Amino acid sequence: MPRLSRFFIRASLLYLVLGFTFGALILANKGILFAPLIWVLLPAHIEFVILGWLTQLALGVSFWILPRLGSQAPRGDERWSWATFVLVNFGILASALSPWINFPWLVLLARALQAVGFLAFAAGNWQRIYPPKFQNIKGLN
Amino acid sequence: MPTLTRSFVKASLISLVLGLLAGIWQQIPGAAIAGLFPVYLHLLTFGWLTQLIFGIAIWMFPTYSKAHPRGPEWLGWGIFATLNVGLGLRVIFEPLQAISPSNFGGWMLVIAALLQWLAGLGFVANVWTRIRGR
Repeated sequence: MPRLSRFFIRASLLYLVLGFTFGALILANKGILFAPLIWVLLPAHIEFVILGWLTQLALGVSFWILPRLGSQAPRGDERWSWATFVLVNFGILASALSPWINFPWLVLLARALQAVGFLAFAAGNWQRIYPPKFQNIKGLN
Repeated sequence: MPTLTRSFVKASLISLVLGLLAGIWQQIPGAAIAGLFPVYLHLLTFGWLTQLIFGIAIWMFPTYSKAHPRGPEWLGWGIFATLNVGLGLRVIFEPLQAISPSNFGGWMLVIAALLQWLAGLGFVANVWTRIRGR
């Protein structure tokens, strides 16, 4: 498993722990009310689970298993995907922190960082999405 | 495909169908139930997507050891049980609690939250050391 995939997947597992913890607190609070302010965690719960856990896991696994380009640079110019890792994680954290930081443009900044990050991933890995080289082998199509 | 993964994948497909049915139910005029919307969302994101990922990752990630390639068997089944019992309790008691709150229903939601949380922690414990280079 390449180094960047390990970073993506480990980060996704950390977000899983955070997102599940926030979600469990919210659900438990629905059952037995112990902290009405716990609902402030809802945006971070959604952000951490959907983008931090599910999406980032998909990025890490696809960077690992998409077809390779050759022995020189099997995963293309990896700087694009490293940029994705940095931008998406800054975006997730900025979005999650927005309820506590009085900066009106923070959510917009977070979404922009994430969008540019995902575009960078597409740019860096687009050429790895190609058909099988050996078309005549049964079952590859 | 190992038995544990088959169980995860089949349970995820059942969650997908239940989630879609919950989505249909909500759209029937006059039939919508309070508390069904979060159940719908979690059947799809947790019962379907996350459970499918858990099953496939436990199967396909680099091996844990030669003796236990997919990690301790008890841990895998523990994740499966806590995830599905937790989700099942949520599916039953979240709408019930919204319609007719009770102390028992409240504690069932607390148990559902704890079980789902444990499933997540169990998965992280299973795969963390399997995320490695060659």
